[in-house]
Amino acid sequence: MKKLALLIVILSGGLLLYATKDFPPWGDPHSPASMHVSPRYLMKSLEETGVPNVVTSILADYRGYDTMFETTVIFCAGIACFMLLRKFEAQSKDVYYRHIPTGITIHVKGGKQIPPTSKEFEKIDAIWTPYDLIINTVSRFLVPFIQLFALYVIAHGHHSPGGGFQGGVILGASIIVVAIAFNLRTAIKRFGEKIDGIMSALGVFIYSGIGAICVLLGAEFLNYGTLARILPVSKIMARSHGILGVEIGVGIAVMAVMVCIYNNVASEGKHDEGL
Amino acid sequence: MIWQLDLAILTLVIVCAIAAITVKDLLATAILFGAYSFMMCLLWSIMAAVDVAFTEASVGAGVSTIFFVAAVFRTTRRTKD
Repeated sequence: MKKLALLIVILSGGLLLYATKDFPPWGDPHSPASMHVSPRYLMKSLEETGVPNVVTSILADYRGYDTMFETTVIFCAGIACFMLLRKFEAQSKDVYYRHIPTGITIHVKGGKQIPPTSKEFEKIDAIWTPYDLIINTVSRFLVPFIQLFALYVIAHGHHSPGGGFQGGVILGASIIVVAIAFNLRTAIKRFGEKIDGIMSALGVFIYSGIGAICVLLGAEFLNYGTLARILPVSKIMARSHGILGVEIGVGIAVMAVMVCIYNNVASEGKHDEGL
Repeated sequence: MIWQLDLAILTLVIVCAIAAITVKDLLATAILFGAYSFMMCLLWSIMAAVDVAFTEASVGAGVSTIFFVAAVFRTTRRTKD
């Protein structure tokens, strides 16, 4: 059976390699794809949308439906992860604490616990207890810069590579850094589950809401040009601002979904202790 | 496009891909997938597809590696086959 599978894999791989021979060479200006569609976008996108980065204008304007449903797919992935993994169980009875001034670990049994407002003791995980001052301090200093870079990536997607997806992933990663360097409870205390769920839905809502506003103003769904009737700008700049609006929506949704998936996977859905 | 650089990165991509499916340690597989994604990111940027390279670097090499490591942390490090 294994040999048969190997044979099939080699055969189909050989067929794929054979088919690549008929591909046009890389960057060939006479290939069918570069003859009809691409020149139209390369010539017209700047004067039609006012966005110098052609990739952004195609993703968010000319192919706006695709990006909207990609965002919806990511939202559905977050919801599916939540539904499959999340467990609303009582916390475990055995709790471990670290006495901060001396570093001694104590083990409290039988459902009793030290009040969380205590300055002397902090709760630690039962199975994964690394504690390193250098990592904690460096990540605490690094997180604001990561988030600032993520906002730059979202806002500057018109002029340079980047946009909602990449910026949203970097924003989510900055919260995951907190969860890895400290522990999962610290990250959830900063960015709670309720606000996470609301934001993942809010991102999709912003995207489709901007499309719906265009319909209300009497144009097609996601035709940002018509936003010029409520924004004090020209039609071309209105398309540019519409692209910025949907990129912000994508960024919010992607960030919240990344954090949701990480929290549920790393803690088996219990949200008490994780990686 | 420098073809020597291109060839070296392509070879590394294939080496990473084969290593990722042959090693027994799943944590090593997660890291190899990260390396694979990073090499793909370099290939995209060689081909001047900088937006795709950016996505590959942030999603493929960054966040998905963390998801794999988190899943390995909660399951097991050894594969059955």
